[in-house]
Amino acid sequence: MDILIPAILTIITAATPLLFAALGELVTEKSGVLNLGVEGMMIMGAVIGFVVVHYTGSSVLAILASMLAGALLATVFAMLILVFHASQVPTGLALTIFGLGLSALIGQSMIGIAYDGIPKISIPVLSELPIIGEIFFHQDILVYLSLLMVIVVWWFLNKTRSGLILRAVGDSHDAAHAMGYSVFKIRLLATLFGGAMAGVGGAYLSLSYSPLWVEGMTAGRGWIALALVVFASWRVGRVLLGAYLFGGITILQLHAQALGIGIPSQVMSMLPYLATIVVLVLISRDKKQIKLNAPASLGKAFQPSR
Amino acid sequence: MLHNLLLIKRQTPSKTMIYLSPLLAIFLTLIASVILFLIMGVSPFAALHSFFIEPISTAYGLTELAVKATPLVLIGVALSLGFRAGVWNIGAEGQLIMGGIFGGATALFFYENTGFYIVPLILIAGIIGGMCWAGIVAFLKTRFNANEILTSLMLSYVAALLLNYLVHGALRDPDGMNFPESRLFSDSALLPILLEETRLHIGAIIALVTVVFAWILLSRTLLGYQIKVTGDAPAAGEHAGFSHSKIIWITMFISGGIAGLAGAIEVSGPIGQLLPTISPGYGFTAIIVAYVGRLHPVGALLAGLLLALTYLGGETAQINLRLPVAVTGVFQGLLLFFLLASDVLIQYKLKLNKSVEVAP
Repeated sequence: MDILIPAILTIITAATPLLFAALGELVTEKSGVLNLGVEGMMIMGAVIGFVVVHYTGSSVLAILASMLAGALLATVFAMLILVFHASQVPTGLALTIFGLGLSALIGQSMIGIAYDGIPKISIPVLSELPIIGEIFFHQDILVYLSLLMVIVVWWFLNKTRSGLILRAVGDSHDAAHAMGYSVFKIRLLATLFGGAMAGVGGAYLSLSYSPLWVEGMTAGRGWIALALVVFASWRVGRVLLGAYLFGGITILQLHAQALGIGIPSQVMSMLPYLATIVVLVLISRDKKQIKLNAPASLGKAFQPSR
Repeated sequence: MLHNLLLIKRQTPSKTMIYLSPLLAIFLTLIASVILFLIMGVSPFAALHSFFIEPISTAYGLTELAVKATPLVLIGVALSLGFRAGVWNIGAEGQLIMGGIFGGATALFFYENTGFYIVPLILIAGIIGGMCWAGIVAFLKTRFNANEILTSLMLSYVAALLLNYLVHGALRDPDGMNFPESRLFSDSALLPILLEETRLHIGAIIALVTVVFAWILLSRTLLGYQIKVTGDAPAAGEHAGFSHSKIIWITMFISGGIAGLAGAIEVSGPIGQLLPTISPGYGFTAIIVAYVGRLHPVGALLAGLLLALTYLGGETAQINLRLPVAVTGVFQGLLLFFLLASDVLIQYKLKLNKSVEVAP
């Protein structure tokens, strides 16, 4: 038990930023847009969240600001691909390069500043329960929010008319356009949502996971989130599963050392990246399965004929 | 305002705009950076002078530009070939690091030896290192259909950690008081210097030769033709019997090999030993080089020089104006953004709404 509870808590903290970013990208991709700039939007969320909490002391404002930062960067992406007809792959890469650079510039004066981390919320009575109390009912607001978003996104995509339209745009933008839906507006909104979610995922890193600012602190998590969407075959429930699986891999890294297993720390740090590759290989080798689940218009430019 | 401007698709892509677009992007980046400097409370004139004029106003500065441009041009050319074929090798940074590790290990293996053969062996080892790393990506793509963007990027993180592990362990300087770095390479393992008193090394010539070879490959050989067709019209390529897998393997091997060569050049040239970090993101910046260079080897040469200048300028501005080095990254990101936006004018032309006919 002494190991188990901290282990589960670490899984949750490692999974939460991935869950946010992957859920957001899932919605973006469902609308047919492939935004490879998740890493850039995440790191902007991380730095803006930290700056705002440092100056205002309000974690709520910090979280909102991080969402805004992610969404703003996503707006740039959306404008480039939707208005300027730029291709999605290089534009997403540009977003990541730009985000990494700008965050380093903004965060310059934040290096070495400490923050206590967002307060944990204890749900009365329930948090008193043995074991599950600490695991499920004594977390910070972002952990609860991430789980809530799983339900919201699932419900939106599968149970609402708007969700159906969004999926239609992702599967066949020509048909959706012919039916009178605005491909532009729907893709813009889906991309903004993805940006806000990546931003808050980044904020979780700088406000809660390790509450300080370090240049490049997302360390590839945005890319892992992209891989998670493929792993999940664009299904919400499997994004949740995937994020927690990756959280589990991260705890191996932290707890193997505590248990005195003689594996060099760098090798342990490779695990999430190697696991991402393994997962991609396992999922992608079945081409038909990918074709069946991926939004059919994913990554393709929309060119209204009239 | 915007409502009055319309984008009209051109009948054929504009050849002029292909070359004008990078210039327009550079111009827009300069304007954006003036605004950025004003926000940061720095005189834009002083900042731009530090960034773009001062670093290359001396002969020594020019040689430093060539030193910084060498890896950028090499990898920019390498990536251009892959991008032309629609093969998205984003992990050149990792292939560069593996080239550095292989080349560096070779240099350390021959630490006690002298001889002319050592430098070529280092460079070959670097090429092999980069090819191995890129080969994994090609294998996973062709055999398992795994997305090369994600796998090559993940392998970059793995390569960086591997280098970190090695300089903390097996390749650490035995007399280095536990500092995480290797021995300084012996003189026989260092690239010959072209100009006395400078750091300009033979790698710059290797980069130029690579540009020429890549140009010939693309414009004069069947393979180059296959690369272009596979990228522009994959279906036509398949029809003509060009194997897509073959193109993936070849472009990954070429781009990985050249990136690895750049890594070996860096460690046996300007650095002279293995350190935990051997590249300030050259592998990623080279993506911008390839795009600004219009995926053409000669373009990559010019773009490599430009992007090298942003690195040099960043250092100068840091000394002169105490600007953070991160400004370089912002510059580079902005440049790529503006380029992608300007590229719309290749396929479209701007038109005022007034004269547009109503669609029947």
